[in-house]
Amino acid sequence: MADDETIDLEMMNAALRDFVPHNAALGITLVAASYTPATVTVKMPWNPQLVGNPETQVMHGGAITTVLDATAGASVFLKLRQPAPIATLDLRVDFLGRAPAHKDVFARAECYHHTSSVAFVRAVAYVENPEEPFATASATFALSTRGRAITEQEVRKGLKA
Amino acid sequence: MSVEDVLRTAKSSGDLTSLVEVIPYLRFLGVHVESREGRRVFVMPFAEHLVGNPTLPALHGGTLGGLLESIAHLEQIATAESPRLPKTITLTIDYLRSGKTRDTYAAAKVVKTGRRVTTLQCLAWQEDENAPIASAMVILKVG
Repeated sequence: MADDETIDLEMMNAALRDFVPHNAALGITLVAASYTPATVTVKMPWNPQLVGNPETQVMHGGAITTVLDATAGASVFLKLRQPAPIATLDLRVDFLGRAPAHKDVFARAECYHHTSSVAFVRAVAYVENPEEPFATASATFALSTRGRAITEQEVRKGLKA
Repeated sequence: MSVEDVLRTAKSSGDLTSLVEVIPYLRFLGVHVESREGRRVFVMPFAEHLVGNPTLPALHGGTLGGLLESIAHLEQIATAESPRLPKTITLTIDYLRSGKTRDTYAAAKVVKTGRRVTTLQCLAWQEDENAPIASAMVILKVG
């Protein structure tokens, strides 16, 4: 990864979705990404399996928390300009409202600062307009944690398979 | 049977199983409830689709957030006077250790009950309850 023009969305999507079983289970796909600011937008399609209230058919907050966490993590990779082993330290989600039933949900995250050990992210979840979110989140991530990042070779191999 | 009926039945019988079974997201996570030494403990058995980090490997942090938020709702329903599905206002999760590829246990405790807002403290652990993998403060709108 180098400049904004060269963000390989297909590669990044493969890393986000195909290598993270739970993101794949939620059907999360990358919509947009940029280095400056370090932002990521993803889509989580409507899925009746994720309903939290069978009467209203509103999606469970847990699915929203998960897509916010996943998007926030991806924005850290853009800020660092490379995939790296990171771990969520703390995540706060405020539900301003609910996602309407039968609608795809989008999440947008921006990693706005990082030090040698911690990255700071804010994120929103919305249906149509990121300026009118139904949930907002802030998260911190520990950098240089155990484990290793997925390599570009692994992702490329996965893409070919 | 409506959700209200299921809530009432679950509450009068003291068994939340029927409620857990009608909520699709809880089935998706595979959550079930057990009684251990007279205490309500929720279990999320390990499943491949819960993995978030395949290189460690570790559970997706979102699954732990979803589990802790869900059990706050269930505990609130089990302990509240008038059963209805609560709504989450704010959820704050602290990730303390990575979730290993094994079963996860969780329990919730009501910290403060109000007319409109109830606050719960939730904890998730694997091998040892004294070494929790995540904790959450969950604020629910109940009125």
